[in-house]
Parts: sequence; structure tokens; C-alpha cells
Amino acid sequence: ESEVRTDGEAPSDSEIKPDPGVPSTVDDTPEVLNKALSGMSSRWKNWWVRGILTLAMISFFFIIIYLGPMVLMMIVLCVQIKCFHEIIMIGYSVYHSYHLPWFRTLSWYFLLCVNYFFYGETVTDYFSALVQREEPLRILSKYHRFISFTLYLTGFCMFVLSLVKKHYRLQFYMFGWTHVTLLIVVTQSHLIIHNLFEGMIWFIVPISCVICNDIMAYMFGFFFGRTPLIKLSPKKTWEGFIGGFFATVVFGLLLSYVMAGWRYFVCPVEFNNDSNRFEVDCEPSDLFQLQDYTLPSVLQSLIGWETVRIYPFQIHSVALSAFASLIGPFGGFFASGFKRAFKIKDFANTIPGHGGIMDRFDCQYLMATFVNVYIGSFIRGPNPSRVMQQLLALRLDQQLHIFNTLRAHLIDKGLLSANQEATAA
Amino acid sequence: MTELRKRGGGDRDAENISDKDTDGDDRIGVGGEGDRDSKPDTDTPEVQPSVDNTPKCLNKALAGMSSRWKNWWIRGILTLTMISGFFLIIYMGPLPLMLMVLAIQIKCFQEIITIGYRVYHSYELPWFRTLSWYFLLCVNYFFYGETVAENFGNLVQRDEPLQFLVRYHRFISFALYLLGFCMFVLSLVKKHYRLQFYMFAWTHVTLLIVVSQSHLVIQNLFEGLIWFIVPISTVICNDITAYICGFFFGRTPLIKLSPKKTWEGFIGGFFSTVMFGFIFAYLLAQYNYFVCPVEYSESNSFLIDCEPSDLFVLQDYTLPSVLQTVFRWKTVKLYPFQIHSIALSTFASLIGPFGGFFASGFKRAFKIKDFADTIPGHGGIMDRFDCQYLVATFVHVYLTSFIRGPNPSKVLQQVLVLQPEQQLSIFNALKSHLTETGMIPPAIRGP
Repeated sequence: ESEVRTDGEAPSDSEIKPDPGVPSTVDDTPEVLNKALSGMSSRWKNWWVRGILTLAMISFFFIIIYLGPMVLMMIVLCVQIKCFHEIIMIGYSVYHSYHLPWFRTLSWYFLLCVNYFFYGETVTDYFSALVQREEPLRILSKYHRFISFTLYLTGFCMFVLSLVKKHYRLQFYMFGWTHVTLLIVVTQSHLIIHNLFEGMIWFIVPISCVICNDIMAYMFGFFFGRTPLIKLSPKKTWEGFIGGFFATVVFGLLLSYVMAGWRYFVCPVEFNNDSNRFEVDCEPSDLFQLQDYTLPSVLQSLIGWETVRIYPFQIHSVALSAFASLIGPFGGFFASGFKRAFKIKDFANTIPGHGGIMDRFDCQYLMATFVNVYIGSFIRGPNPSRVMQQLLALRLDQQLHIFNTLRAHLIDKGLLSANQEATAA
Repeated sequence: MTELRKRGGGDRDAENISDKDTDGDDRIGVGGEGDRDSKPDTDTPEVQPSVDNTPKCLNKALAGMSSRWKNWWIRGILTLTMISGFFLIIYMGPLPLMLMVLAIQIKCFQEIITIGYRVYHSYELPWFRTLSWYFLLCVNYFFYGETVAENFGNLVQRDEPLQFLVRYHRFISFALYLLGFCMFVLSLVKKHYRLQFYMFAWTHVTLLIVVSQSHLVIQNLFEGLIWFIVPISTVICNDITAYICGFFFGRTPLIKLSPKKTWEGFIGGFFSTVMFGFIFAYLLAQYNYFVCPVEYSESNSFLIDCEPSDLFVLQDYTLPSVLQTVFRWKTVKLYPFQIHSIALSTFASLIGPFGGFFASGFKRAFKIKDFADTIPGHGGIMDRFDCQYLVATFVHVYLTSFIRGPNPSKVLQQVLVLQPEQQLSIFNALKSHLTETGMIPPAIRGP
């Protein structure tokens, strides 16, 4: 009995045949829920299951935010591994390639390599003091790219050696499939972690906006929906889309206002070398300090205030929410098209009522990439400790040259007084 | 049989014609039940018709010979032509080299995408041809922008629009890419979903392999022409010497993927390539033109002039006693770079061929003889460059791990962009470090 997904994948192809690998639509809602809802009709029961699971996931999200950055990183890693697993399973079932045992090993090996590369870069960037202290870590960090490349090459050579005469095309397909999945899922999950280190607010607000847009678009569509939006997802409507956009922007503004007041969310996550723990404490940057903005006259006459005190971050949040509601859904359409192309209902059956983890995260990955690019382009300058590291790696005469240039620059700007430094070089 | 590709008798990469037939079982996979939108594998395009496109003049000159020798001569002449072309472009300088790398990259991309179209019969999806080329443009824009920002600092500082483009470069590239992504989603057509996703993935894997690695080639080039020339030459040398050794001594087959490769050729090629690399590095390391990083000077031209780094200055090495008895020299004057060249040659001859095996497997999987017909006697451009890309990536990783430190001007740029307090703290840390190491005299106390 196939479940009807309320956000619009009515099964259009009647040729969905049961297949050994494709997750069949088994009703795996937990027993307790089943008992509690046993009285209702099937349609309402689905709605309730979905609703309860939504609340459960959101609560879980808040709990792990409370638990701190380390736990968050672990969760991101788990989500990433599960998404990878789901997509690879689909590849296996599409290509009937269960009987190529080497390839399962190789896919997981490539996942390990790419993760090793990215986590190594993260550790080097953010845990620099810890790395410098421990000798083996220091060597691993210094030759990190070379080691990662070697590991990857080993996998590549194993792949070439594993090519079997009658299965060349299959193997190449799975190789391509694995790599595209790695590109999409793994790299973008690492961008999420980078966003997190910038400040938890850069992690929480985007994810919340995407969730909000999902829910709001659904509600607007439910109440006002009339004009279909796109053939790929027949149940999405223009009314839902636009309503969701406005609701999400407003939600983003409010959420940012609430969060920008707390240091826990606003400060970059740092690793304290002495206490070996994560520290989220700092002087909030200008972005998170209330400022007065003069409203344009249009809005002035409307609302009756002349100025308004908001955080500059809230203006950025408008950009983030706009992206989440206008472009983010394209990630969802992409995933819908993918599911139709390979004739599957859901990526997996992990979450009752919702499908697989990938079903929930399809829009998130695009959002995370946008946030990362946004931060890199408009917000964050280079990381000072990283710059210091690079400075110390230069030759001494190059360091001296930079030192002199910097000195002249600082004296110019009045940050240093000229006679204090008269004795240097 | 017209399908017999006119390739030389010693064709190491031979797609045995018989393989095409016995591989028939490869039909597993593209289908899957209910797959209406791509034709079953039995209709896979056969070998592309082997058109003989050797130039007329060669044909005339070799008219008298038998077909086999004629092929051998064509292959030989084209090899020499390509190698001469290579040296000519090196002589012409960095800019023609960069353009050549770009042209090769575009041609390789086109060859692989054309194969994809044929495999999936997706000519009738006109949007997709546009989108593939658009993605190629985006990714190239991104990479070239990063290159310009890093290496053409002077030019960028002067030009206002360029400064803006450089500052927001990642954002602009991402926006361009997103546009293509959204166009792809909007172009999904009901009966062709699977096809379109395949072509999307095919395009992206090709971009990953071809385009990003060609940019690593250009990064290597900016480090110094020698880091561009020596790797490419060692791959070419390995090709040729492995073929020659295999021709004369070949007996034990190396790998089922390429039946004409032999262990004797492989090992002989390895030793010859290492020696060749060693000697070639010695020759090139003497010239500033090859050894110095390529810089873009104030006067709007490329400048290759510098004080050669320690890597390219002759040094005395004491031979280990084993070699001392053999050669009867105590010490030998070498460039340190020659020792690195051994690593590069070793990689090119031991691991580089895996790139070739990968391409052979790919060709067998999709039942094609060559990537294209561009070079008479050799096949497509991709056929010549399949090993090069892997070696280029290795050289880049090797450079960044063992040779090159951070780029000083880039570091300075980053420092100047920091917040003033951060600059001050870096200044103080740097001052104490330099004072410790004695580069600046300790400050005299008091104003």
C-alpha cells in the first residue's frame, strides 16, 4: 500500500515493480504511534504521523543545539553518512550491482577518503594550537594533502584493478554515481560545518528558514493553493510558493532578532587549547549589535516610526530567507526529478511519514553552500590564525618584508606610533 | 573490415575487435525495469566509423607501403609533429601555453560529452548541449578567476571593475552555476528524466576530471615552466619507451584491460623514464627561463626572471658507498631538483598508466575504439592526455606539500584585509618571532 506524500509525489508511473533493493513501502511507524492513532482513517492517520514526526525532529534539533558544537558536528557527520548510504543503495538497486562486492567496499572507502581530507582541513584550520602541540598530528597536518591524495589514489587504482570483463559499464556507472554523490553530499556537509564554526547562528538560521519554508508553503498551499507551480511536483502551487516566501522572510527576521542577542549563537566557535574544549565566547561583532536604521519614507508613513533598532544581521537574514524560499526549492525539485527518473517513491524509509533522511535534506545542501559562499564573500575576512600560520611558514626574508610593509601600513593608519618602532629594521 | 581502425601494428592501447563482441553481456545496467526512456544496450552505438583523415600529403608520400607500415609511419610522424609542436609552444612563452591548455581542455570535454550523447541517444535534448557548455564556462570562469586573482595581482590592483570581480568572485561564480542548475531543473522533460540526469552527472564527472585537473596544470606552470615540462615529458617518454621495450622484449601480459601491455615494457619503461627524467631535469635546471616562477609584471607582460631557488643550484652530494665503488666518484654535483624528478618519473611510470587503464576500461565499457578521430593514427586528444591529468594532479599536490610555501604576496593581501586589531596582534606576534630568530635587532627599551 503506497503512502501518499502530501507534498506531491503522486505515483505517476504505474510500473513501479517491487525490486530487491529499492526500499519497499513498509509501514514502519513505531508501535506506540500506531496504537494511539488506531481509531482514525488512513488519511488523517498519515497527517498525524507526519505532524508528530515533524515536531519530534524539530525538538531533536533544538536539543542538539543545546548540547553544543561537538555534538552538532557528530550529527552532521551521521546525517551525511546516512544520505550517502541512501543514494548509493539506490544506485545499487538501479544497476542490480549487488553482485559486485568490491564496489561496495570501494564506495565506502572513497567516502572515508573524502571525509578524511575535509576533516583534516577543518582540524588544521580551527584546531591549530592543538595540532602544533602533538607531533604526529603536526606531521599529518603538514602533509595532509599529499596523504589524502595518496589514499584516494589507492582507491582509484583498486577500482581500475577491479574492472571485470562483463561488467565494465556497470562499474563505471557506479564509480560515476559514487563521485557525484560525494560531490553533492559530502562537500556540502562540510560547508555546513564551516558555517557552524563561523557562529551557530549561521547554522541555525538557514536550516530553520528551509524548514519554515517547507511548512509554510505547505500550509499556504493547503488553504489557498490553486495554480500549479511545476510539473515535477504537481502538488506545489504558486500561492504556496509566494506565501511561503513572505512567511519565511518574516520568520527569518524574527528568529534572527531573537538569536542575535545571545553570545552562544553569535560567537565563532573556538577550540580552547588549555581546557581542550569548545568555547563560544567573544565580543559580538558589529553585525550583532543593535543599530539605528532610518526607515525609507514609504515605510515611515506606513508604520509610523522614524527609525528602527535592528541588528545588521537581520538584513542578511532577509537575503538568506529569500534564497531559502526562492532558490532552495530547486534542490527539492532536483530530488523529485531524480526520484521520478529512477522510479522511486522516497530515498528510503528511515523516517515514518517523511521518507529517508535525504528527503528532508535535499533543500538544505543547496542552502548550506549558499550560506558558505555568502559568508566568504560578504562577511568573513580571512581567518587570522590561519594567516599567522602561513606567515610563519614563509622564509625569514619574506617575513621581514611583510613585517616592514605591515609596519608602514599600521603607522599610516595611526595604529602604531612611528617612534615606538623606530628601532626596528 | 572497415571497422579496423588504422592504427599501428604495435598498438598498445588496442581495443581488440573481438572484445566488442564478447562483451555483449554488458547490457546489464543501463536498463532496469520499466525504463522507457533510454534504449536497451543492444542498440549501443558501435564503433564509430573509422574515417581515414590523414592529410593528403602524407598519404601520397606513403602511397607505396603496405597498410601496416603505413600506419606505423603515420603514427611516428604524428608523434614527432606533436612533440615539436610542444617545444615550439614552450618557446613562445607562458601565455600561448595557457591558451593551449585551455584549447586541449575544451577539446577533451567535447570528446567525452559527445560520447555521452551517443551512448544515451540524447541528441534530441537540445537544452542539454547548451547546458553542458554553460557549465564548462562556469567552472572555467571560477578557476581562471582564482588564477588571475592569485597570479595577476598587479593587473587586478589597477583596474576597478576587475577588483570588484575578484572580491566577489566566489559569489559571482556560484550565482552563475546556480543559474545553470535551475535551468537544468526547469528543463526536465517528462519522458526523459533519467537521460537528463545521466547527462547531468556525466557532465559533472567530466568537469571534475578534465577541467579541474587542467587548472592544476596551469598552477604548476606558474610555479615554473620546469614543473610543467618535466612531468609531461616523462609521461610521453614512458609511453614511448614502454612501447619500445614491449616491442623488443615483451612477453608477460600486464593487465587484461590492455592486452598488448607487458610487464617487460612496464618495467623497462620505468627505468628508462627515471633516467630520462634525471638527465632532462639536469638540462632544464640550468636555465632561468624554465626554473623561475612565472610572474606578471607591471609592464603588462610575463616576466620569468629571478634568483633561482636552492632547488636549482648545484650542490654536492656524497654518494653512498655502494655507488662509490661502482662509479669511483666520491661526490657528485646535482641539482636537488633532480632528486624530485625521480619521484615525478616514478609516479609517471608506475601510477600514471592507471590513468590509461581507466580510459581503456571506459572505452571498453562504452564500446568505443577511441575518444575521437582528431589525431590521425592516435585517436582523440583525450587518448593522448589520459595519463597526463593524473600526473598533473600529483605534481600539484607534490608541489604544495613538499616544495612551495605559501605565496608571500597573497599572505600580505590577506593580512591587509584583516581588522585593525587583528593586524596589530599579528604585527606583535611577528615582531617577537623575528626578534627571536634574530632578523631584527631587539627593541631598545623606552621612547
